[in-house]
Amino acid sequence: MTSSPLATYQPDQRALALIGGEATDANLRRYLHGIPGIDAVGLEARAADLGTRSIKTSSKRWAIDTIIGLIDLTTLEGADTPGKVRSLVAKALVPDPGDPGCPRVAAVCVYGDMVGAAVTALGSLHAAGATEGVNVAAVATAFPSGRAALAIKLADVRDAVTAGADEIDMVIDRGAFLAGRFGQVYDEIVAVKEACRRADGSLAHLKVILETGELNTYDNVRRASWLAILAGGDFIKTSTGKVAPAATLPVTLSMLEVVRDWHRLTGVRIGVKPAGGIRTSKDAIKYLVTVAETVGEEWLTPHLFRFGASSLLNDVLLQRQKMTTGHYSGPDYVTID
Amino acid sequence: MKFLDYAPAPESQALLNLKSDYGHFINGDFTAGRGTPFQTINPATEQPIAMIATANEADVDAAVSAARHAYDGVWSRLSGSDRGKYLFRIARLVQERARELAVAETLDNGKPIKETRDVDIPLVAAWFFYYAGWADKLDHAGVGPNPASLGVAAQVIPWNFPLMMLAWKIAPALAAGNTVVLKPAETTSLTALLFAEILQQADLPAGVVNIITGDGSTGQALVNHPGVNKVAFTGSTSVGRSIARSVAGTGKVLSLELGGKGANIVFDDAPIDQAVEGIVRGIFFNQGQVCCAGSRLIVQESIHDDVIDRLKRRMQTLRLGDPLDKNTDIGAINSAEQLARIRELSDLGQREGAERWSADCVIPENGFWFAPTIFTNVSTSHRIARDEIFGPVLSVLTFRTPAEAIAKANNTPYGLSAGIWSDKGSRILAVADRLRAGVIWANTFNQFDPSSPFGGYKESGYGREGGRHGLAAYLKPAVRSGSRSIAAADPVTTPVTKKSASAKKAAK
Repeated sequence: MTSSPLATYQPDQRALALIGGEATDANLRRYLHGIPGIDAVGLEARAADLGTRSIKTSSKRWAIDTIIGLIDLTTLEGADTPGKVRSLVAKALVPDPGDPGCPRVAAVCVYGDMVGAAVTALGSLHAAGATEGVNVAAVATAFPSGRAALAIKLADVRDAVTAGADEIDMVIDRGAFLAGRFGQVYDEIVAVKEACRRADGSLAHLKVILETGELNTYDNVRRASWLAILAGGDFIKTSTGKVAPAATLPVTLSMLEVVRDWHRLTGVRIGVKPAGGIRTSKDAIKYLVTVAETVGEEWLTPHLFRFGASSLLNDVLLQRQKMTTGHYSGPDYVTID
Repeated sequence: MKFLDYAPAPESQALLNLKSDYGHFINGDFTAGRGTPFQTINPATEQPIAMIATANEADVDAAVSAARHAYDGVWSRLSGSDRGKYLFRIARLVQERARELAVAETLDNGKPIKETRDVDIPLVAAWFFYYAGWADKLDHAGVGPNPASLGVAAQVIPWNFPLMMLAWKIAPALAAGNTVVLKPAETTSLTALLFAEILQQADLPAGVVNIITGDGSTGQALVNHPGVNKVAFTGSTSVGRSIARSVAGTGKVLSLELGGKGANIVFDDAPIDQAVEGIVRGIFFNQGQVCCAGSRLIVQESIHDDVIDRLKRRMQTLRLGDPLDKNTDIGAINSAEQLARIRELSDLGQREGAERWSADCVIPENGFWFAPTIFTNVSTSHRIARDEIFGPVLSVLTFRTPAEAIAKANNTPYGLSAGIWSDKGSRILAVADRLRAGVIWANTFNQFDPSSPFGGYKESGYGREGGRHGLAAYLKPAVRSGSRSIAAADPVTTPVTKKSASAKKAAK
C-alpha cells in the first residue's frame, strides 16, 4: 500500500510500537478499532453541560483576554490580496486601536501564496515560533479538499515553509480515511511533517485538519484524531471552515479526550484547534471551559490551543470594551480587517 | 489566577417573596395549623428560612373532608377536558414561576441551582403538561372504557425531589379525577406551599388539592384516615412497609415507591468516557440522594483500573459548595440526620475493608456536606454493597462474565433501577431482559420523562408512576350500579388482597 516516495520518511518509533507493527492498513485498523467507541447522546449531553458554566466578572475578564491570545486570525478567500493580508496583519497586531493594553492574537492564517505578504507586513513583530509577536500559519496540502497528488501537496508545504510560515495547517485525505486506507493517511502526515523541515533542520508546527464535518461520526473523529497524533501531528484541528458543520463543542470535546488520553499514555501534550463557526465570546468561553475541565487549564496557551476564526475577534473586543467601560458599544467601534 | 477557580456566579434570590410563617393549604385557603410549628432551614448554611405548621389529627380530618367535599361536589363531575384545562394552566404557571421555584427548592433542599433549574422544575412542568393531555383520554388508559376515579388520594412524598415528587403524585391523580391531600417531607415543605399559591392563581376549585405539613406522625394520620381511598407513598422501605401493614384490609389502593441499590453495569466495550459521565450522573446527581441512584458500579474486571482512574480524574472536577452558585455540581446533604447516616455507613465500609477515596473538596464550615466518595475492593457481602446509603457514595464491584454481572446486579433485596453500558445492542437487550429492576437505562442513567413508567420490584415497592401506567394507579374499571368494590386495574399496580381478588371475580 505504501507508494514509493512515502517509504523514504521515518515514522515515529513509539507510534509503531503502539500500533504493534508497521503502519499498514490492517495494523492501523486493528489499533483504531480497538479504541473504545463514543456514545453520541452522552458526548453531546456532556458538552451541553459544560456549556452551562457561568463565567462572570474576573473569570470572564481573564477568559476574554485569553481568547484573543489564542486566535488564529484567518482569511482564506479566493479574493485574498496582499492588501487584504496587510490589513489582517495590522488587526492581528493591534486588535483594538483604542486600547494599547489589548493582547495580540496568536497567529494569522493565510493561503500559502500569501505567506510572503504576511511575513513582510509583520516585519520585526513576526514571532517565527517564539512567544513575542504574531506567527504566520499557512494552509497547505491542496487545502481545503486535499484532492491532489502527494508531490503537489508536499511542494505546497515546502513553498509555504520556505516563504516563512511558522505553522502548517494540512488537511488529511478524507477519501482515503473513509475508504479504510488508514496507512495512506498516516504516511501522508508523516511525509508532510518531514516537508515542514526548514533548511536549519527545525520544523514548522504541524496542525492536522480532520474536516470532522466530512467524517460524520464521532467514532471516525476519534479514530482520525488518534491517527493524526500517531503520525506526528503537533495539533489536531477540526475543520477547514469550508464544510458545514465546522467546529462544534461535542466534536472538540471528543478530540480533547483523545489528547488527554495521549498525554496519559505518553506524557506528550498535543494541541487542539477548533476552527470555523465560533463567532461569539459566549461560544468561545464554552470552549475554554471544556478545555480546562477535560485536559486541564495548562492547555490554555497558544502552543496547545487555538481558535481558527475571523469574526470571533470583533465580538470578543466588543465584550472587552463592555467590561472596561461598563456599557455596550456597537460594530462601528471595532475595526474591520 | 486559576481559571478553574471560577468567580462566584450566584443566582439572585431577589424574586423570592417568602413569608415568615406558612400554614396548611386546606379548601383553597391557607390556615394556621393546630400542632406545634417547626422551622425549616437551609441545609447549606443551617440558617432558618420560615416557620412551617404541623397538622394534627383535626387538621388532617379537615383536609380529607375538604378533599371529599370537592370530589363529590366538583371535581368528579367535571369533564376530562375541563380537568385538563386546569392542569395545563398549572403547568404554564410553573413555567412562568420556574426561576422562583428553582431558587426556593435550592434554598430549602440544598441541591444545586443548576439541577433545580435544568432538571427538577422543567420536569414538574412536563409532568403537568403530560397528564393534562391525558385527562380527556382516560378510555385509553388501559383500564377499560369509562374508567372511574378512586376518590380522595393521600400522598406522602420525600425530601429528595420535593416539587418533582409532588408533580409525579398530583398530576396523574387530578387527571384521573381524584382529589388530593398531600404531605410534603418535614425538611422540604417550602416549594409545596409555593405550589399552593400557584393553585390559587390557577383558580383550581377549593379542596381539589390540599397540602398539609408536619412530620411522620402527620403522614401516619393521613394514610390511616378512613376517608381516604388511595394511598401513594414515596420514601424509605421501612416506612413503606409500615404503611402497607396499616393499609392492608382497608380497601385503600396503595402504591409504594421505596428504596433502591441500583447497579450500573459497565462492560469492557462500553463508550468509556460517556460511561464515566454516566457513573457520575448515576451516583452524584442530587448528592446521591436518589432512590434510583446507581450506587453499585459493577464493572468488568479487565477495565476496572482504567475506569476507576478516569472516574477519579473526573470527580476532581466536581465543584462542591454554595448550591445557589450556578457552577456548583454538588450541593448540601438535606439534613444533619441524613448526613449522619451517610457518615455511619461510609465509616462502616472502611472498617469492613473496602478502600475509600474522596475527591478533594473544600467543605464549607456550616451546613451539611459530604465529599463525593467511592469505595473500591467492595465485595457483595459488605454493608455498603447492600444497604441504601442515599448519599454521594459509590461502591465498586467487578465481574468477569455477563452471567456474573447479572447475578451480582440482581443480588439485592431492592429492584428499582439499573444501567447497562455497552456498544453492543444485542448484549444490552439480553442483559436488560434478565435484570430484576423496574427501570433500566442503556448507555445513560437517571433520565426521567413523564411518558415513561417508573417503579420497582421487590423491596423497592409496587405500582408505577409516569406514563399510562401511572394513570392507571389512580383509576378503576367502570363501576356498575350497585357495586362499590375497588377492582385491581393491573396486577403490577395493585397488590392482590383478598378484597381486590374477589372484586376482580365480581367484575368478570
